[in-house]
Amino acid sequence: MPLYPVTIIAVAMVLMVSTAVRADERYTPIQDSVVAEECGACHMAFQPQMLPEKSWQKIIGDLSNHFGEDASLDPETVTRIEKYHRDNAADSGWLSGKFMRGLNKTSAPLRITATPYWVREHNEEVPERAWRDPKVKSKANCTACHRRANQGDYDDD
Amino acid sequence: MSFFAIARLLIVAAVAGGSAWSANGPANAAMMQDNIERYRVEAKALGQGFEAFSAERGRILFSSSPAAGKPDTPSCTACHTTDPAGVGQTRAGKEIAPMALSRTPDRYIDVKKIEKWFRRNCNSVLGRECTPLEKGDFLTFMASQ
Ligand code: HEC
Ligand code: HEC
Ligand code: HEC
Repeated sequence: MPLYPVTIIAVAMVLMVSTAVRADERYTPIQDSVVAEECGACHMAFQPQMLPEKSWQKIIGDLSNHFGEDASLDPETVTRIEKYHRDNAADSGWLSGKFMRGLNKTSAPLRITATPYWVREHNEEVPERAWRDPKVKSKANCTACHRRANQGDYDDD
Repeated sequence: MSFFAIARLLIVAAVAGGSAWSANGPANAAMMQDNIERYRVEAKALGQGFEAFSAERGRILFSSSPAAGKPDTPSCTACHTTDPAGVGQTRAGKEIAPMALSRTPDRYIDVKKIEKWFRRNCNSVLGRECTPLEKGDFLTFMASQ
C-alpha cells in the first residue's frame, strides 16, 4: 500500500480530533433519543463505549431480569437499542476503547463497574466513605460524581 | 353519583386548589381521566362484579409491602417513598418525581408509559402483572393526592 492515502487519512484524523469539542470523544453522548430515554430512566444512559458487544447482548437480551428488576421493553425497541449498543461497543472500532483493557475476546462483564479499567480508575482515587454517601447510593450513579457524565466527560474532578 | 362524576369533581377540585398546576393542568387531567376510564372498561369486562375504583384500595396497594416479587423491590414505596408527595429514588440513585398528581401534573397521561411501568413495577414488586382494578385504584389514589 503506498504511503500517500495513509498520510491523508492521518492528517484528516488529526484535524477531526483537534476540532472535536472539549467533551471526551471516547464516550460519545448518546445520539439515539430512544436509547437515551429508555436506558436513562433508572440511571444515566451509560455510553456503549464502556462495555464490549458481548456484554451488551447479554444485558439487553435479558431486560426482564435486569439487576434485580423488570426493565422489559417491547421487541422493536429492544432491537433498536441493541443495535445502537453493538455499533458503539468498546470493541466495535478498529481501535478498542480503554474499557477493553484487561478484557479478552471472550469476556463479557455485566457491569461497567466490574471492568478492570473502571476498578483501577476508582480504587485509589475514591475514598471508601464517598461510596457510602446516601446521595451516591450506588457505584452506578456516575452523575453523582461526574456532573457532565451525560456529555461523555468523566475527566472533571 | 357515578364513579366517573365523582372523579371529575375530584379533578376539578384539584385544578381549583392546586398551585402546582401548569396551564396544561385541565387538559392533562382529562387525559388521565381517559386512562382511568379505559381501566374501568377493562375491569368491567372481567365480569368479577366491578363497582367502582377506590382510592383507599389504591393507597393500600401503594403502601403495603407484599414482597412477592424480586427480593430487592419489596414494595412500591421502596422507590417512590412512603409519601406520595415525596421525591423518590431508584436503586441506582436517580431521583423520581413525586407520584402525587398535584405534585407532578404531567403524570398518568401517556398510555404506553403507564402500561410499561405498571408491567415492570408490578412484576418486580408483586411477581405478576397488576389487574385493571389495581391500576384504576392506584390512579384514583394518586389523583386524590
Ligand atoms: C427499571 C429500571 C431500569 C431501566 C429501565 C434500565 N436499568 Fe440498567 N440498571 C438498573 C438497576 C437497578 C441497576 C443496578 C444498579 C446498582 O447495582 O446499583 C442497573 C444497572 C445497569 C448496568 C450496570 C451498571 C454498573 O454497575 O456498572 C448497566 C450496564 C445497565 N444497567 C444498562 C442498562 C441499559 C442498556 C438499559 C436500557 C435497555 C437499562 N440499563 C435500563 C435499572 C434499570
Ligand atoms: C463516588 C464518586 C464516583 C462515582 C459514583 C463514579 N466515579 Fe468515576 N471517578 C471518580 C473519581 C474521583 C475519579 C478520578 C478522578 C478523575 O480522573 O476524574 C474517577 C475517574 C473516572 C474515569 C477516568 C477519567 C479519566 O479520563 O481520567 C472514568 C472513565 C470514570 N470515572 C467513569 C465512571 C463511570 C462510568 C461511573 C458510573 C458507572 C463512575 N465513574 C462513577 C469518582 C466517581
Ligand atoms: C425499583 C423502583 C420502583 C418500584 C419498586 C416501583 N416503581 Fe413505579 N416507577 C419507577 C420509575 C423509575 C418510574 C419512571 C420514572 C418516572 O415516571 O418518574 C416509575 C413510574 C411509575 C408509573 C408511571 C407514572 C406515569 O408518569 O405515567 C406508575 C404508574 C408506577 N411507577 C407505579 C408503581 C407501582 C404501582 C408500584 C408498586 C407495585 C411501583 N411503581 C414500584 C420505579 C419504581
